[in-house]
Amino acid sequence: VGKPKLHYFNGRGRMECIRWLLAAAGVEFEEKFIEQPEDLDKLKNDGSLMFQQVPMVEIDGIKLVQTRAILNYVATKYNLYGKDMKERALIDMYSEGVADLGEMILLLPLCPPDQKDAKIAQIKQSTTNRYLPAFEKVLKSHGQDYLVGNKLSKADIHLVELLYLVEELDPSLLANFPLLKGLKARVSNLPAVKKFLQPGSQRKPPMDEKTLEEAKRIFRIK
Amino acid sequence: MAAKPKLWYFHGRGRMESIRWLLAAAGVEFEEEFLETREQYEKLQKDGRLLFGQVPLVEIDGMELTQTRAILSYLAAKYNLHGKDPKETVRIDMYADGTLDLMLMVALAAFKPPEEKEESLALVVKKAKTRYFPVFEKILKDHGEDFLVGNKFSWADIQLLEAILMVEELDGSVLCDFPLLKEFKTRISNIPTIKKFLQPGSQRKPPPDSHYVEAVRNVLQL
Repeated sequence: VGKPKLHYFNGRGRMECIRWLLAAAGVEFEEKFIEQPEDLDKLKNDGSLMFQQVPMVEIDGIKLVQTRAILNYVATKYNLYGKDMKERALIDMYSEGVADLGEMILLLPLCPPDQKDAKIAQIKQSTTNRYLPAFEKVLKSHGQDYLVGNKLSKADIHLVELLYLVEELDPSLLANFPLLKGLKARVSNLPAVKKFLQPGSQRKPPMDEKTLEEAKRIFRIK
Repeated sequence: MAAKPKLWYFHGRGRMESIRWLLAAAGVEFEEEFLETREQYEKLQKDGRLLFGQVPLVEIDGMELTQTRAILSYLAAKYNLHGKDPKETVRIDMYADGTLDLMLMVALAAFKPPEEKEESLALVVKKAKTRYFPVFEKILKDHGEDFLVGNKFSWADIQLLEAILMVEELDGSVLCDFPLLKEFKTRISNIPTIKKFLQPGSQRKPPPDSHYVEAVRNVLQL
């Protein structure tokens, strides 16, 4: 059986959470980078992209699109989705919260320069007043090592990825969240995650000006 | 007998409407509490019932679920509308995510200034005609079956009907190039539970108007 194949540009974007999940699950994957607008056109024209969008992941003979659909499929396949429907609902609820804050951070590079400072302030506020307290409270409520069912799930992996993003934005944001710091350390020490966090892995760096220009060019964003 | 699910939201479609559709289509009776004052909202928050301080909130099976997609996924699984195996589930997820994206654009457009709102809604119609509906027309054409996935009624069918009706409210001619979607619309609308939901007096909500927008702004202090 072939390895999953990820189609995206050579940057984090909406594919990074999928890379994290596969890596944490110990799954080797290949990447085909979209480097020119023509590469994206080709994928669109040969019917590989259901809604003309990437991310797209080829896995088990299907070409999957829609980030969430891909994540949920991978989580199910590698037992990172809880043991029953109720655990799954909690995992989904937590994952969606992570995705909401993650989306704000993701779109920050596209923010007009005159609005950027205000946007960053808003993100920081949401982080410390809405999202991190919610997750800290969940961990405190049961005192277990992981968010749901005392077992590693996609929710933990997505959250820890987010915590790294938050840290990149401003390390002081994590100051008052000891249990989240503990989760971050614990998940980071899992062998597969530890490997992914090392230089030379398929983890992508933060977006810089050059990568932003490349993404805009490929996706034809003005 | 189990208590009925209880929905907490504003008195309008917004992010709750797809949840109402799913419950109704599954033949599940549900109760609704409408948020009409700031005080009600603050009480929900203070009581710790909103994980991320947001609605929709659905009380079901002893859980207080928030995050639209988490709620929808749970309901789809509970009422056997989420496919029979992971490959069917992922197809349903891909289709449902696509239609949900489209419908959320409509929900958000209501809150924009008049010019931007018109632009957004025109874009919805364009995306429906060029990106989404052609895909579903092709899916139906390729397998020739009555339902989108696995020859069985699923969450994907419910959302597609909801999306078709919502876009038709913006542009009545939107299905003119999609004969199979026209048949699909008739067929799914005639399912008894859905037929009932489409009748006046059901819990289906009307399109957002200025009164609704004002009410939401008031409660959320936007």
